[in-house]
Amino acid sequence: MSTKLYWEDFQPGAVAVYGPRLVTREEIVAFAAEFDPQPMHLDETAASATMLGGLAASGWHTCCLLMRMLTDGFVLNSSSMGAPGVEEVRWLKPLRPGTRIRVRSTVLEMRASKSRPEMGLVKMQHEVLDEADAVLTTLTSTAMMGRRQPGAAP
Amino acid sequence: MKYFEDIQVGEIFAIGRHTFTADEIKAFAARFDPQPFHMDEAAAQESHFGALCASGWHTAVTWMRLMVAYRRRTAEEAHARGEPVARVGPALGFRELKWLKPVYVGDTVDYQSEVVAARPSESRPGFGLMSVRASGVNQNGEPVLSFISTAFVERRPEQP
Repeated sequence: MSTKLYWEDFQPGAVAVYGPRLVTREEIVAFAAEFDPQPMHLDETAASATMLGGLAASGWHTCCLLMRMLTDGFVLNSSSMGAPGVEEVRWLKPLRPGTRIRVRSTVLEMRASKSRPEMGLVKMQHEVLDEADAVLTTLTSTAMMGRRQPGAAP
Repeated sequence: MKYFEDIQVGEIFAIGRHTFTADEIKAFAARFDPQPFHMDEAAAQESHFGALCASGWHTAVTWMRLMVAYRRRTAEEAHARGEPVARVGPALGFRELKWLKPVYVGDTVDYQSEVVAARPSESRPGFGLMSVRASGVNQNGEPVLSFISTAFVERRPEQP
């Protein structure tokens, strides 16, 4: 286990890649059956008649897989205090069964918290990539991170 | 779902409510968001949340589950009346998602979708784009979740 990450350890422009992770047909259908039971996520024949042109994962499934990859990738080894939300998610291309996805995370912006000296904010863009590096989904979010030295100037 | 032309900005769909149990909070977290405060009561008590609470992704996908069930119910009602049902295409994504308060074990969240914008699609002539503000309120009337989702909705076919 590497050294625990604090707010001070993030740098604007820094890029990290997590994965790969194989996404199977079984898990696509299981997630959809539970949370997003639309034909385009459940059944090849029905899906081929939709705008997606074939079976594809629920966009929410992609977000949840991204969360898991980030959690394993760095969140559990950090002073993360969660996130107040997500600025934007774009589902650009369908995630097909059998794809090995990776996540490319770029630090966009850092700022100290005015109200909470023990905390800093890290704005990141996460891109879900397929084997050919095509961007399937982008997610922009600001994480709250604990500071190694509360209140000190960044 | 109604055809794009029949959707009014300001219209509200009350899609249903859900009570979050400890077992499902932990099961979801084990799959997608295994942080201690979503997995273990004792660890959650020591965290800034103070008690076991659901992953924000869990509270958000529950909106999707209820929205799909709501569409299915209204489609069946329309079929029963002999009315056509518009197809709903995939969503483009969402924005401004805010997790406003933690959702703790036993909380009941009441979800709704309010139409905030509707415009024709330039890329898909048979469809329009509908934006809704999705939101969830807990049993104490406190908002816990809000975001804006944009998805394709079929336009009324031209009469032959």
